[in-house]
Amino acid sequence: MSVAPEPVLSIEGLRVEFDMPFGRLVALRGASLSIRPGEIVGLVGETGSGKTLVCRSVMRLIPQRGRIADGRILFDGRDVLAMRPRELRDFRAHDVGMVFQDPFSTLNPVLRIGKQVEETLRVNFGLKKSEAQTRAVELLRDVGIPNPERRALSYPHEFSGGMRQRVMIALATASQPRLLLADEPTTALDVTTQAQILDLLVRLSEEGGMAVVLVSHDFGVIAQVCDRVAVMYGGHIVETGTIEEIHDGAEHPYTRGLLDSIPRLESAGRPTRLPVIPGVPPDPADEVSGCVFRPRCRYAQPACETVSMVLEPVSPGHETACPVRPFAVADSALTARAGARL
Amino acid sequence: MTERVPLLRLERLTKSFALRRTVGERIGRSQVEPARAVDDVSFTLHHGEILGLAGESGSGKTTLARCIIRLVEPDSGTIELDGIDVRAARGAQLRELRRRMQMVFQDPYSSLNPRMTVGAALHEAGRVHHRPGSENGEQFVREALERVHLGAAVAKRRPRELSGGQRQRVAVARALAVGPEVLIADEAVSALDVSVQAQLLNLFLDLRDELGVAILFVAHQLAVIAEVADRVAVMNHGRLVEIGDAGDVLANPQDDYTKALLAAHPRPRLSGAASS
Amino acid sequence: MSAIDVVDQQQAPAGSRVRLGGFRGLSREAKIGAGILALLFLAGLLAPWIAPYGQNQINFTDIYSPPSLAHLMGTDGAGRDVFSRTLFALRLDLAIVVLVTYPPLVIGVFVGAVAGYFGGIFDATLARIVDVTIAMPFMVLVIAVIAIVGPGVKGILIGVPLVAWALYARLSRSEMLVLREQPFMLATVALGYTTRRTIVRHAVPNLMRSSLIYSTLDMVANLLLLSGLAYLGLGAQPPNAELGSIIADGQSAMLTAWWVSTLPGLVVVLFGVGALLLGDGLSDGKLRGTLQ
Repeated sequence: MSVAPEPVLSIEGLRVEFDMPFGRLVALRGASLSIRPGEIVGLVGETGSGKTLVCRSVMRLIPQRGRIADGRILFDGRDVLAMRPRELRDFRAHDVGMVFQDPFSTLNPVLRIGKQVEETLRVNFGLKKSEAQTRAVELLRDVGIPNPERRALSYPHEFSGGMRQRVMIALATASQPRLLLADEPTTALDVTTQAQILDLLVRLSEEGGMAVVLVSHDFGVIAQVCDRVAVMYGGHIVETGTIEEIHDGAEHPYTRGLLDSIPRLESAGRPTRLPVIPGVPPDPADEVSGCVFRPRCRYAQPACETVSMVLEPVSPGHETACPVRPFAVADSALTARAGARL
Repeated sequence: MTERVPLLRLERLTKSFALRRTVGERIGRSQVEPARAVDDVSFTLHHGEILGLAGESGSGKTTLARCIIRLVEPDSGTIELDGIDVRAARGAQLRELRRRMQMVFQDPYSSLNPRMTVGAALHEAGRVHHRPGSENGEQFVREALERVHLGAAVAKRRPRELSGGQRQRVAVARALAVGPEVLIADEAVSALDVSVQAQLLNLFLDLRDELGVAILFVAHQLAVIAEVADRVAVMNHGRLVEIGDAGDVLANPQDDYTKALLAAHPRPRLSGAASS
Repeated sequence: MSAIDVVDQQQAPAGSRVRLGGFRGLSREAKIGAGILALLFLAGLLAPWIAPYGQNQINFTDIYSPPSLAHLMGTDGAGRDVFSRTLFALRLDLAIVVLVTYPPLVIGVFVGAVAGYFGGIFDATLARIVDVTIAMPFMVLVIAVIAIVGPGVKGILIGVPLVAWALYARLSRSEMLVLREQPFMLATVALGYTTRRTIVRHAVPNLMRSSLIYSTLDMVANLLLLSGLAYLGLGAQPPNAELGSIIADGQSAMLTAWWVSTLPGLVVVLFGVGALLLGDGLSDGKLRGTLQ
């Protein structure tokens, strides 16, 4: 087991731009990420960080006026951006599944749940009607919907949010894809339902060897289920690492700031003033020279104005785009390297 | 615990909504139990206190908050502000009571009139209630914005030009402009990014410390409530299931539902590290 | 919405920089439409000063002469300069159109807003009145009024507003039903504002936009109605020039002196194009989200 498996998804230098009446927005500025088979990777960031666009780019579902301006997306070595329409449809149907945030608007309200699942089975897998019906019920059962034969006859509005999300997951995993993209799947759900959906995702990943990209603004959610996490800010990935590495020893000032500002249950009874990152996230229409976090960073050095947002390793698997490394334990090799970069 | 006269007192508050009946039910004239959004809820809010009201969606916490200021009319029960019966108030008296209990809404994108500049909205709030200083519009607006740590330049902008966090601050400024004694924050930070949320939470703490406003903080995330509340009340399906000091309720819950809520709270999957 | 919201919520583009206030913020369509309308209104307004001839300057020596430098739109069967007549007609017609479109708009929007806000019996009653009014055959009603009051401008000025308000009331009422649930509307109640202030200062400005967009269509419809009635001889009486009557007069000479009917007709078309472009351009902005 010494050879690292080929990544199931490899994103390199992804750049997404929007052409707007008032100018150009650069929403993603050269993001790179690789996902190994069966791995659960979290993508955490706030509004405008570009995290949703990463998923949509993989599916090539960029909104109007947007386009992928640069970069490569390789799925199992295949170039996704070069795929022709038929191959792309195949890819979307069989190789990768996507779960969206809002379970209320992503299911067709006028079709029964069972029919919607059957449709994807018939169209994408060529199953005959009776086969599709049986398989659909099986899928609904797999995602934890009780009494699936009866519930398949229901309409979306008769389901709770959590149930609808389970149906979405069933639809997305019907083909047993190698990769599941989950874009804020639990944001619209109650915390008890959220816990159940997250458990479901972990179980499906373990059973099917399916890699998962979990996008969320909630670090708690990510920390609960992910093996690795990539932190995004202003269209860049600023840090990657395992949950422990990020949680206990984040190297990038934004990551630290973000983690510090997360409310903690333990504060109960002794409300604290949470440390805040001053200022506001950058406007995608602005071009910031050097480090995109510099205007809000309390550790900024003059040299940060010209630094490029490239991820450099802190330790194997743990990378940060911050050359200053204000939190690094005094380590001569590390600081020497950091100093050389500045 | 010294005896304090409560600022806001709710007793046995109830609100039900009639459910739609299907055609079959109408024809059969069957009785459909109305949904009890708020079911026999009682609690008090003291001067300068921050009371967290926790519950998931459908727990009735938002309906309760709206009943207090009578945006929704409760079916039965008592609401007293400073001893005055809120439910019996009419006209100008009701408007004055409302002035004293201001609400901040959840959605920063729709809680401000899109056609009014920030300055106009703030000034209007002061003028309508003849607040001291409201004759001098510019000064009044500037001070209102300062209270929420916004610069005077924001006054000329319209809501669409502001970020979510800025809009919420403006909403808070507008609420404060009429000089309330109680702020009801109805999921006021739920739609904000984590780092912006932290700023707003600190703001609420500052306002309580500097202005002495009492705050009813409605939220579905227990951690958020933990960061601001002195006492916590938990609602489930319209009923108040537990209430007490924040430290007690969140660390030693007595009610099963509260325990379930706390158990479902996301915890990092850290190998070796003890999860709280 | 700021630029960040575009990226994150994948909604139609509307950046913090794009929505310039006033004229400059309009789409190109709207600007062209507004320009055309402005030109026509100005032409009508300044008619007494810029018309080369009087509106009833008869000259039997020069009948049915084709467009030339002396007579930009030629002359009609009585030797009158069609261009001048058109200008004066524009003046009269546009004034009437404005008078029968905008006062009903204001009344309709307010009535609809109040009905939509309060709901209940008041709203139910009003909705029925509105429905009945709209259901009535418009032309028939106007002609009936003219039958009572006599032909001429008076009949139109009374008959059209009698019905026109209902359309705006219906539009504004249905928008109010949605608007009143918006948090900022609830906020005005929470702030202790009077209901009057809530409706007049907060709701109506937000309701106006749809009605104003619709009014561009309405103006065209009213102009066509006016011209139609004049064509039938029920509008402004001769010798007052009205676009419809000018066109009607030239009808008999269509094959030989086409310019008498056609050119003023084109002016009507131009008005329609301008109004519709403006309306389209304004509503496009709304659909794209710049309304926020």
